[in-house]
Amino acid sequence: MALELHPLEQFKVEPLIPLHIGGLDVSYTNASLFMTIAVVLITALLVLGTKRGALVPGRWQSVAEMSYEFVADMVDTNAGHGAEPYFPFVFTLFMFVLFSNFLGLIPYSFTVTSQIIVTFALAAAVFIGVTIIGFIKHGAHFLRLFVPEGVPMVLLLLLVPIEILSYFIRPFTLSIRLFANMLAGHTMLAIFGGFAASVGLLAILPVALDVAILALEVLVAALQAYVFAILTCLYLRDALHLH
Amino acid sequence: MDLASAKMIGAGLACIALVGAGVGIGNVFASLISAVARNPAAQPQVQPFAFLGFALAEATGLFGLAIAFLILFVF
Repeated sequence: MALELHPLEQFKVEPLIPLHIGGLDVSYTNASLFMTIAVVLITALLVLGTKRGALVPGRWQSVAEMSYEFVADMVDTNAGHGAEPYFPFVFTLFMFVLFSNFLGLIPYSFTVTSQIIVTFALAAAVFIGVTIIGFIKHGAHFLRLFVPEGVPMVLLLLLVPIEILSYFIRPFTLSIRLFANMLAGHTMLAIFGGFAASVGLLAILPVALDVAILALEVLVAALQAYVFAILTCLYLRDALHLH
Repeated sequence: MDLASAKMIGAGLACIALVGAGVGIGNVFASLISAVARNPAAQPQVQPFAFLGFALAEATGLFGLAIAFLILFVF
């Protein structure tokens, strides 16, 4: 293979402001920079958008209101009754993932959600939080979640371990789903970009393909944020209502 | 067999995972179309689930694709 491809270089975390505290590397990296940008943009959209609080919303206000209503509706229909107190968490999660995904689509930017540690931290927060909520709400009765109802005793021996396994695998599937989508999409873009650089006039073909993939990536970026938030709602429903 | 060719074969094998994603996505949208064709009024209710199913099915295939990329460009 003659062409030199480095499609994974875009995922490299580089320290911008080196910082070490007691042997811990807490440098301000390009990942931290894009997380900061995402948080600043979300805050700006929501605070400035709703500052005027007009009865007939302008452009910014209606975007802010639409995102709020979208997540509120999602929590309402998927997490069931009594999930209202957890709406701010789901909303924060959704907006952060959405903005991180979209920021990553800008050329030469950095995709925070393509780092497995970032998505795993988010998913672990969901998993631990949901488990704690379940135990506070139901006590030891929460373990009923692992025992399907109306199943013969013999089958339970098989089903309970499967249920337990599928519960503990949740943070991994939740984080790897988002991470793999971002990694695969951005790597594909970079690979076809690399083809374009090496085939001369024929470059129009990989570039056209890149445009198509970018369109798909816009869809995927929004969809994965939606999936992350809706699965959080479904896990929350399990903890609140058991089945 | 040397390592370089083994990596190429491994990456190719990892891409087989995309077969499942293709079948899954096709299945999701085929079901959506037949459901909406039978009962167009149900479209607003079933469409979010179709896109959820699409995203979940697509993700499983991308696990394989991500492994292929990791084999080719990282190890």
